[in-house]
Amino acid sequence: MEFQFEFDWQAAIDSIPFLIKGIPYTLLISFGGLLIGFLLGILFGLLSINKRWFLRWPATAYIEIFRGTPILVQVLFIFYGLPDLIGGPIDPLVAGIAAIALNSGAYISEVVRGGVQSIAKGQTEAGLSLGLSRSQTFWSIVWPQALRRMIPPLGNQAIVSIKDTSLFSVIGVGELVRQGQIYIANTFTAFEVYFVVAIMYLGITLSLSLILRLIERRGLASV
Amino acid sequence: MTDIVQMKGMNKYFGKLHVLKDIDLTVAKGEVVVIIGASGSGKSTLIRCVNGLEEFESGHLTVDGHPLAPKSGNPKSLAEIRKEVGMVFQQFNLFPHLTVKKNIMLAPKKVKDTSETVANATAERLLNRVGIGNQADKYPSQLSGGQQQRVAIARALAMEPRLMLFDEPTSALDPEMIGEVLDVMRELAKEGMTMMVVTHEMGFAREVADRVIYIHEGQIVEQGKPDDVFDNPQNERTQAFLSRVLAH
Repeated sequence: MEFQFEFDWQAAIDSIPFLIKGIPYTLLISFGGLLIGFLLGILFGLLSINKRWFLRWPATAYIEIFRGTPILVQVLFIFYGLPDLIGGPIDPLVAGIAAIALNSGAYISEVVRGGVQSIAKGQTEAGLSLGLSRSQTFWSIVWPQALRRMIPPLGNQAIVSIKDTSLFSVIGVGELVRQGQIYIANTFTAFEVYFVVAIMYLGITLSLSLILRLIERRGLASV
Repeated sequence: MTDIVQMKGMNKYFGKLHVLKDIDLTVAKGEVVVIIGASGSGKSTLIRCVNGLEEFESGHLTVDGHPLAPKSGNPKSLAEIRKEVGMVFQQFNLFPHLTVKKNIMLAPKKVKDTSETVANATAERLLNRVGIGNQADKYPSQLSGGQQQRVAIARALAMEPRLMLFDEPTSALDPEMIGEVLDVMRELAKEGMTMMVVTHEMGFAREVADRVIYIHEGQIVEQGKPDDVFDNPQNERTQAFLSRVLAH
């Protein structure tokens, strides 16, 4: 028997309205999580280079734990494990945002650490020699420069996190992949639907790349 | 004359390395002291102790009446000293994310709560004084090395320092730009600024210094009026050093 496969364009187009419903969830989990992750990253990144060991060690432990375990395990732990501890169910959306926040936060901590450490010591010395306090020197001289260097790796992390949300179909959040799975269960057009899903991810990540490149170019123009 | 800097029995170590050995040194108000010596002799470390960029392990240091304890033991004094002491670095250390004018305005605004208008006027006046009034809105990377160092001097002057430290201010410059920076320093000395200058520019030292200090392996080996030190050095180490640097 000869097997022939033909891409069914109509099936692909028909799936779009249903799949699109997943995009707000994908974006909400990604950017909600990344926003919190950015704050966590600043906090733990700066703590991880603090002189005091009792601030540095917990930060390093957080970074190692969330970088060293799979995000899928993290989200399963939060969604299925934590309810036992807190005695009540957790909304899958909240679990998803929390997983992205904690996971990206660990990676962003390293981005923050690298960014801050890449600024020459002479910058701090110049600030101190002008009479600025340590914190004034950091926030008005070192941090703005470090932030600019952090843009490319932050963009990279954002793209990774956006794609990571696809794993959260396992806890039943109606994001892109989950919408695809539901749709395929009725139509059996897996090839077409996952093709459309992939294109949608690509649309999101490419737009982000473009925006970041514009920001970077504007930022670098003044350095 | 009152002394701006008083060092007594000051010792400094980098780990086991004894970098400054029992330094006794006073700098009077309005005096220009040039410190010379081979690289690694401790001359930069010496002036970096004055504004607390380096800690010292023992001895006494008083800057403009503020005593500084060993191991940065006196943070309040240190804060006051840094407000009153300006520093110019070998690598300029301008803030690359700020325009030339903003580089100069930052410290007065943050440290002295100077208003935007006043800080702005001060910055423009100082830029004119160092001869680059027309570059105010450029970023440091758009300027030549000599211009950058002049901005760095203006930035330090904006805090109206009582003492200026220069840590090899011309060592990172192309030869043709050294003159313009030395000119600004010469003017500053003429106006009565108290200065401690670490440099390899022996011509400048001879012309501008009130006193030349030669440091060898962390010790002050010889000091005196420039003509005496350069023309008639008493210590054989000074003689050897000068014959090496003045030969070429």
